[in-house]
Amino acid sequence: MVSKHRTVGERLFDGFNYIALAAFALVAALPFVYMIAGSFATEAELTERDFFLIPRDWSIAAYQYIFSSDTIFRSIGVSVFITVAGTLTNLAFTLTMAYSLSRKDLMGRRLFMNMIIFSMLFSGGMIPGYLVVKELGLIDSYAAVILPGAISAFNLIIIRNFFQQLPPGLEESARIDGCTELGVLWRIVLPLSKPVIATFGLFYAVGHWNNFFSALLYLNDHKKWPLQVMLREIVMLSQLAVGDLSNMDPNFVTPPDQAVKMAVIVVGTVPILCVYPFLQKHFAKGVLLGSIKG
Amino acid sequence: MKPAWAVRLRRDKWLYILLLPGLLYFIVFKYLPMWGVAIAFQNFQPFVGFWNSEWVGFEHFRVFFSNPDFTRLLRNTFLLAVYDLVFFFPAPIIVALLLNELRIAIFKRLVQTMVYVPHFISMVIVASMTYVFLTPQGGVLYELIAQLTGAKINFLSDPDWFRPMIILQIMWKETGWGTIIFLAALASVDVEQYEAAIVDGASRLQRLWHVTLPAISHVIVILLILRLGNFLDNGFEQIFLMTNSLNRSVADVFDTYVYFVGITQGAFSYSTAIGLFKSVVGIVLIYGSNWLAKRFGQEGLY
Repeated sequence: MVSKHRTVGERLFDGFNYIALAAFALVAALPFVYMIAGSFATEAELTERDFFLIPRDWSIAAYQYIFSSDTIFRSIGVSVFITVAGTLTNLAFTLTMAYSLSRKDLMGRRLFMNMIIFSMLFSGGMIPGYLVVKELGLIDSYAAVILPGAISAFNLIIIRNFFQQLPPGLEESARIDGCTELGVLWRIVLPLSKPVIATFGLFYAVGHWNNFFSALLYLNDHKKWPLQVMLREIVMLSQLAVGDLSNMDPNFVTPPDQAVKMAVIVVGTVPILCVYPFLQKHFAKGVLLGSIKG
Repeated sequence: MKPAWAVRLRRDKWLYILLLPGLLYFIVFKYLPMWGVAIAFQNFQPFVGFWNSEWVGFEHFRVFFSNPDFTRLLRNTFLLAVYDLVFFFPAPIIVALLLNELRIAIFKRLVQTMVYVPHFISMVIVASMTYVFLTPQGGVLYELIAQLTGAKINFLSDPDWFRPMIILQIMWKETGWGTIIFLAALASVDVEQYEAAIVDGASRLQRLWHVTLPAISHVIVILLILRLGNFLDNGFEQIFLMTNSLNRSVADVFDTYVYFVGITQGAFSYSTAIGLFKSVVGIVLIYGSNWLAKRFGQEGLY
């Protein structure tokens, strides 16, 4: 595909290209490395050295500090709960609706589809949304964080299109064999949709893990706050009194603010990094699915 | 004889049962709030409720448009949107074009793996890392810039640096991921077109202009339409997290203003009016940019 005679200019360009893209990749990755390094560094090193990727002297004081009380543990637990319960809710609502709307002869199908598409274009806004949740009595409950986002119209449409593409023969024969609609969904369609379910399950799950604002808006009890809200409190609002020093060795020196902040950031980032290989595989596919179907 | 629709209802009974949860969701959480914008025309008082609150017509809109905050919000929202369009929008395109020129597959894959990561981490983490890097209390970038230029700039609070900081943040976070859709378009270009161009003696630049760019022009236009349709949406969480009392003058945009005035100050009707104004402008923009695209001979979104 490439001409064998590359001019000097082209070689120069190639060289710059590799350097530029390598630089870009490093800019994307280095902040994380620095966070990890800084969270394991001693106070002396943080004040002395400007920027480092590997600490000279390792110290786990920051982590000891942030885990010395159950504040961080609890917010991690909350985040896990919201992610799991939220994703299951998402899938339950989205898959059932997508399946029923994939039946082309469903009466009222066009009306329902228009309703969904219109909701993507116009919304009541934050305040009416808040008031609805308030009227339902859901303020300060996890339902307020999970329910308002139960279905993403965008995901719904893509999944519906996917169901529509499944060979009709399979469902016909199942129905002839006496299978109910529910049975067809459960035994035939869903098993065939595993990659799609995995992809969108991951979409939803990452959204829940990263969710910050609706938790801030609807949850007043600090004990109910997920990790992202806690993260913001500690790093950006400098509410650093997270640890419980009474649980620690009396000689324990409170680690420097920067190290504590970096440790909390690392704790918030590591789960995503662990799941990243799966994310990369499924998300890229999902984006392409979406762009082709449109 | 039963009417046709009743027969179909009975036949598809289970389908409607499956449809019900989702339908309820849309009605309660999407359509009920849509009707809730009516409070923009009231002096809504939560304790007396919707039906007993007094109606005031366009009063809130009148107050809002004559409020000096309005021009400030308009300017902030608009400028951030323009910066985003001018600096951030082309970035994934350029990076995709550069990535496309790479020959060493393993290098390309490695770069891609690394630059997709920021997309998945939360905005809170991005804002937190920005904070750690730029804080006057020992932030690495802050120190570095102070050493190199002698200027002690508090990026986090200086109004002059707010917009560049926001744009750089979003570029860091989303450029890598944004290349995917362009790389997919580039990958679908017919290899023969390139070979024909080479045979015709086209230089790299000419190949870029005549083969590559036309291939992705459709994708660019669609994304541009979508972006213009969302023109006044500034990425609420990002702005919210980076706003503080010191950079308020440039940081306040419509979305965050609605939050501050509505939720923290409780002016439900007033803030809803602002939100409604913005939504209406948004719809006009979406239809407008779609029409514009069709005018230029591209297929629109609808």
